[in-house]
Amino acid sequence: MTEVSPVHTQADNPASPVKAKAIISFEGVTKRFGKTIAVDNVTLQVQEGEFFALLGPSGCGKTTLLRMLAGFEAPSEGRILIDGKDIAALPPNKRPVNMVFQSYAVFPHMKVSDNVAYGLKMDGVAGDEIKTRVEEALDLVKLDGYGARMPDQLSGGQRQRVALARALVKRPRVLLLDEPLSALDAKLRDQMRSELTSLQEKVGITFMMVTHDQDEALAIATRCAVMNRGVLTQVATPADLYEFPNSRFVADFVGSVNMFEGVLEKDEQNEAQVRCPELSAPVYLDHGVTGARGATVWVALRPEKIEMHKRTGEAPKMEDAPPGMNVVGGVIRDIVYLGSETNFEIELEGGRRVKTFRSNLTRYDQEDFTWDEPVWLAWHACSPAVLLS
Amino acid sequence: MAKEALPVAAAAVSAPPLKREKPGPLEYMRRWPLQLMVGLTLFFLYLPLITLMAFSFNDSRRNIVWQGFTFKYYEKALNNDSLIEAFVNSLTIAFFCTVISVILGALAAVMLWRFRFPGKTAVEGTIALPIVVPEICLGVAMLVFFARVMPWPQGLPWPLNLGAITIAHISFAFPFVATVVRARLSSFNRELEEAAKDLGASEWRTFWDVLVPHMQPALIAGALLAFTLSLDDFVITFFTSGPDTITFPVKVYSMLRFSVTPEVNAASTILIVVTVVLTAVGLHMQNQKPKESKA
Amino acid sequence: MQQSWSQAKAAFAAVAVPPVLWLLLFFLIPLGVIWAYTFGENVGPVTIDFTGTFANYARALEPLYLGIFWKSLVVAGLTTLLCLIVGFPVALAIAFATPRTKAWLLLLIMLPFWTNLLIRTFALIAVLREQGYVNFALEWLWNNASGFMALVGLQPLGAYEPLTLLYNNTAVVIGLVYVHLPFMVLPLYAALDRMDRSLMEASLDLGAGHLRTIWAVVVPLAAPGIASGVLITFIPALGAYLTPDLLGGTDSQMIANVIERQFKRANDWPFGAALSFLLMYLTFIAIAAQAFVQRKAERRG
Repeated sequence: MTEVSPVHTQADNPASPVKAKAIISFEGVTKRFGKTIAVDNVTLQVQEGEFFALLGPSGCGKTTLLRMLAGFEAPSEGRILIDGKDIAALPPNKRPVNMVFQSYAVFPHMKVSDNVAYGLKMDGVAGDEIKTRVEEALDLVKLDGYGARMPDQLSGGQRQRVALARALVKRPRVLLLDEPLSALDAKLRDQMRSELTSLQEKVGITFMMVTHDQDEALAIATRCAVMNRGVLTQVATPADLYEFPNSRFVADFVGSVNMFEGVLEKDEQNEAQVRCPELSAPVYLDHGVTGARGATVWVALRPEKIEMHKRTGEAPKMEDAPPGMNVVGGVIRDIVYLGSETNFEIELEGGRRVKTFRSNLTRYDQEDFTWDEPVWLAWHACSPAVLLS
Repeated sequence: MAKEALPVAAAAVSAPPLKREKPGPLEYMRRWPLQLMVGLTLFFLYLPLITLMAFSFNDSRRNIVWQGFTFKYYEKALNNDSLIEAFVNSLTIAFFCTVISVILGALAAVMLWRFRFPGKTAVEGTIALPIVVPEICLGVAMLVFFARVMPWPQGLPWPLNLGAITIAHISFAFPFVATVVRARLSSFNRELEEAAKDLGASEWRTFWDVLVPHMQPALIAGALLAFTLSLDDFVITFFTSGPDTITFPVKVYSMLRFSVTPEVNAASTILIVVTVVLTAVGLHMQNQKPKESKA
Repeated sequence: MQQSWSQAKAAFAAVAVPPVLWLLLFFLIPLGVIWAYTFGENVGPVTIDFTGTFANYARALEPLYLGIFWKSLVVAGLTTLLCLIVGFPVALAIAFATPRTKAWLLLLIMLPFWTNLLIRTFALIAVLREQGYVNFALEWLWNNASGFMALVGLQPLGAYEPLTLLYNNTAVVIGLVYVHLPFMVLPLYAALDRMDRSLMEASLDLGAGHLRTIWAVVVPLAAPGIASGVLITFIPALGAYLTPDLLGGTDSQMIANVIERQFKRANDWPFGAALSFLLMYLTFIAIAAQAFVQRKAERRG
């Protein structure tokens, strides 16, 4: 983290955390397993009522961070606070957080209602209250009437609901979800996404989720933290993460991207220009990038931000481009028809290939382009993100 | 963010030097009550054995107070012809028992794993029986069998005179081998066998080229088990051995009945070392990846 | 997919005949002969008539022998209980140790199991006898305590009387625990190691303490492993011959010692055979009980 230049800080943290309202805060948390560093000096705040996602490839330390919060691992360095109190001394059973495990961890030898009642019994809640609260919790996850079943009589999705009810019934300060949707099939996953969101709105508890699936994080979370090799790379809202990534890693990990290495030639308040050897023309931007002139930068361009047009004559020159647009010529080399859209791979003049796609707006759209057809590509001067690292 | 991180980083530096990390909640081995428990258990298990081994070098007949280092009880033990004979008998029996048990056990395992046949449950149950029948019952059954039903001829030349004991040992050792091998076979991917046949191997070639290499670790483990069971057995041997077929445990037993001498310590130490070395070799072989078995 | 034997008769015969024949000849026939003896009578020094009498069983159920059976059950039960009390925490610690420590601890637990039973029993005698190390250690403590009491002006303790740790029932139980502890630890370890850790974490997460978690989650889920550990400790302890013979006193005879006496000294084979079969039936009852627990646990999923 110390290597990040100050250039980024204002851009990547628009919702700069207000310290007073932070429900969870990690302060310089590091976790080592032997010689490997799983979590490297992470500082992070989560606000009351957020649906927060920890996003990253497997082995990036996101699960370790969650498990430290739950109390299953002790940090090697740093502090973790809940509501401003250091929780290092609290064992997992004394922490005001509850977890939905990746494998759900529903006790196989207990009825559904006993599973949900387990945590309340541990808190010494009275028998009558346990009964009503268990019923409420099962209602909440749409499992009313399933109380007498054994877990092996439930489907995977139902077992997950039991795990959710079991954790929520304790009314934790924060609900932790470890890869909650990874074990479900695609249809059920879509359904659970929206259910998780509405559930969180209903109970008003802060949710913190770990996932390696960027679609999931973008779809559900109100704010995401991207981790890579134990380091927190960027914390932002889903839209900011996608549109304003702060590094090549984030741009590449969240969504699909065309990345061009280049040199910053011009950098003023309202415009900038990057020369990329792989593109025939320099890339124009309608905003400044606050980098040093001559620095190596990367231009990240999302495929859907590229328009594709048929071309007959010579490749268009930069001067021919409409104002505020960048234009480059190429030839279609690969077409993948996906039904709702079609993916194209276009070879530019230098040999570099670029991804783009078109929505199939009519039933005949996919016939518009064919292999080896010359095209020109255009994108707005505001579309690319310029990355310094 | 970098700015924000700064004071925290400074705090981390000024914090007291790293203590040992707090154990995670499930790291039971790092909690002192359990460490104490494990320590005491190991102490309980090893104190007698280690003192026995240490005092086999003690230069005192009373075997209580340390008087000085000596090898004389080893010399004595090695010059005790009947002890040596018993030791050789034990190793011979264990060797034959191992070879035959591994063959019978592997065959039984393949039979139960591979085939459906009438009376299978009964055969399965009977093979498991020698594992659970109390040793004393098997011992007296063997005594009666070799006394009345099939008397083993007296005065046969060595090692044929050990036949009765060897047969008794195989009867209780091979079911153990069968169990170990069968457990291993259950993890066998049948498609490997089908692939071999698809590529033109005969039934017999398939067995040798695919199934036997898969069984190999279990065969080694089974052999180790059969060897140790045979070497260790006292009760069944006690009922089947005659005056000229004394095995090592039976010999030690009779020595113990008369008097506890340091000689027994020395002989026991030798046997412990032999077993430990054999176990180590066996485990090592088992851990090695089975080498490619191209003939 | 299993193959029917009739589809490959030659292959089936090749693998089936040797083990089945061996089992029949050298296991079932000997047991069958003993079983026949239980209904026989001694009519001469070496001749036995198969008269179909139940007198041997009737005699085995006399109070004297019934008492010995009862005693064997109590001693084996106590041994199993002690092994469980010691073995469970040890297995728990091993199952949750780091892989390296785990491998070493398992080896250390298993090593005595590979060592000759007779030698282990003999080694225990050297430690427990009146001139043994346990007594030496206690004497040292006693003398120091005595010296300390004299120092603070109290009446010093008398001379140390060595404890008689051998040749009684306590010695038999200690010996059986010593010999059978690995039998208990290994299946318990296997059961605990297989268990889904997240279930324990879930229990802790929901507010249960460690003891609560072990009682409410670990024990029920590890029940089949505990049952098999109990069984493979209990069965050999019930039929133990060597340990009571070497460590026990005149009143610590267990059933196996009585059987041995009928065959080797009293020369009453029919009666010894009847006792043997009763012991076997007890063993089968224990196995059936374990199978029952296992089935119940499996039904639960």
